[in-house]
Amino acid sequence: MVAVNEVEASSLVVRDVKKSFPAPDDPLSRRQVLDGISFSLAAGELVSLIGPSGCGKSTLLRLIAGLDSADSGNLLIGSNPITAPNAERGLVFQDPNLFPWLTVRRNIQAGLVARGVLREKKNEVDEFMRLVGLEVFANVYPHHLSGGMAQRAALARALINHPKILLLDEPLGALDAFTRMRMQDEVLRLWQARLTTMLLVTHDIDEAIYMSDRIMIMSVRPGRIERTIAVDLARPRQRDSADFLRLRSDILNYLHFAGES
Amino acid sequence: MEAKEDLVPTAVFEPPSVLRWRTMLAVPVAAALALALHLLIAKRELPLETHSYRLFFIEIIGVSIVLALLRRFSPALRRWMASMWPIFTAAIVIVCVWDVITLGLRLLPLPYFPGPSAVLRSLINDRALLLDSTWHSLGLLLSGYTLGVIAGLISGICIGWSSPIRYWGMPILKVVGPVPATAWIPLALVLSPSAIVSSAALIALAVWFPVTMLTSSGISNTRASYLDVARTLGAGRWYLIFRVAIPAALPNIFIGLFMGLGASFLTLVVAESVGVKSGLGWYVSWAQGWAEYGKVFAALIIMAAFFSTIMTILFKARDRVLVWQKGVIKW
Repeated sequence: MVAVNEVEASSLVVRDVKKSFPAPDDPLSRRQVLDGISFSLAAGELVSLIGPSGCGKSTLLRLIAGLDSADSGNLLIGSNPITAPNAERGLVFQDPNLFPWLTVRRNIQAGLVARGVLREKKNEVDEFMRLVGLEVFANVYPHHLSGGMAQRAALARALINHPKILLLDEPLGALDAFTRMRMQDEVLRLWQARLTTMLLVTHDIDEAIYMSDRIMIMSVRPGRIERTIAVDLARPRQRDSADFLRLRSDILNYLHFAGES
Repeated sequence: MEAKEDLVPTAVFEPPSVLRWRTMLAVPVAAALALALHLLIAKRELPLETHSYRLFFIEIIGVSIVLALLRRFSPALRRWMASMWPIFTAAIVIVCVWDVITLGLRLLPLPYFPGPSAVLRSLINDRALLLDSTWHSLGLLLSGYTLGVIAGLISGICIGWSSPIRYWGMPILKVVGPVPATAWIPLALVLSPSAIVSSAALIALAVWFPVTMLTSSGISNTRASYLDVARTLGAGRWYLIFRVAIPAALPNIFIGLFMGLGASFLTLVVAESVGVKSGLGWYVSWAQGWAEYGKVFAALIIMAAFFSTIMTILFKARDRVLVWQKGVIKW
């Protein structure tokens, strides 16, 4: 396991980023989705981004991935501005989006093929398949995989490029509760093994507390980071510990989901 | 690990898998009946005229009895017999009915509707010319089809991928495409010195349109998230086109290939009967000119076998290429 343990994380700086889209009901006006987003991630940090649906979490992730460009503001990886998609920023969606025409092994090595480095790094393919426990399914097509297995394959596919930052867009959102909890540990294990920077978009408050170093709460319209909460709990965390539950009720209160008391 | 359960389609006709006695006997019995009826009907005919037809049925009876005896040794043979024998029996019955209607009851006017024995005789007597014609048809079909597929794939990929090319290419496609390739025959015969070359070009044109249409729609409908994922994996344009968009479009491309194949059969036969001086289409109109309808039917039978074989090959190729799709789409 040589390559897997290398430290190659990178910091991320997002400064006053704005993004608007044409409003769907009125094509002449534009809707401000992100209205001055600023935050930064230290190298190797795991930070969650939570917020109501439609607040622009996915838009922000696409900007960081380089798939879209911001109207104004700066996005920096280390000290380099983000201009286009790049293998150094991995992205995993809620839908695993495995290429159905490729076997699991070929899906996982897709990044190496795309960058033309398959020959030099061929041995890493087996390593990453072992890392996510899919060696046995190497020659299986994705439609045979369960949701959790497909998402593990998608994680391996993103990790094989040794991204400096991994962007996760509700990666466990489509899984059932048990598979999801198992996969949370899986992602944490990968994060600790790879020491990569991770930005996790989720709508699951427990998941955010269980996994991240910090939690950023976004507001909807205008899309802004309203509050950042540090999670100072030792790992591995207990989902039923008093501190965990206190933090949970703080956040629920903040989001006005705690109910009348 | 848990594997997803395969969805089982509910209403599927399962061919019989157990070989029953009555299934096994159906073929020789039907053949014997057809032969007996024929002998009854054809008493007035010259024995030489119907000799091969009788021989044909005797062979069927013989082979089916031999296979019935061999079935113990091969489960594959048993399965094949169980699934195919009902079809063969029906085919024998149809030939027998045809024989009765034409030769027996003389319900259909001659010489336009010869009986199966006359068609079989033409088939055997003229086999050299028929084989030669099939060979020529195959050459013309393959050259035209290959040309059309290559052109269609190239234009389809360009139109599907690039919006400027789509802007300028689509109107041409929409105006020129729907015109049947056979409508260009007068022009093609004038433009090209060789009927073979112009026919190949017409077949290519007939194939080009559906292949282009389906390829471009498949490419432009590639799921955006596949392209996004590929880009975050470090993919350049070459990878996006050839490793993402084209594989994603393959199911559509195959529909285009099938439609193009059908169009190419039509164009081939028309082109051969008006311009080209060889091939099965030419043979049919030539035999018709001599009022030898036995030969016309013989050529039609060859054509049916020829075209359906080519179609089957394309189906097999699709099943192999789209093996990843199993369980996603059934067609």
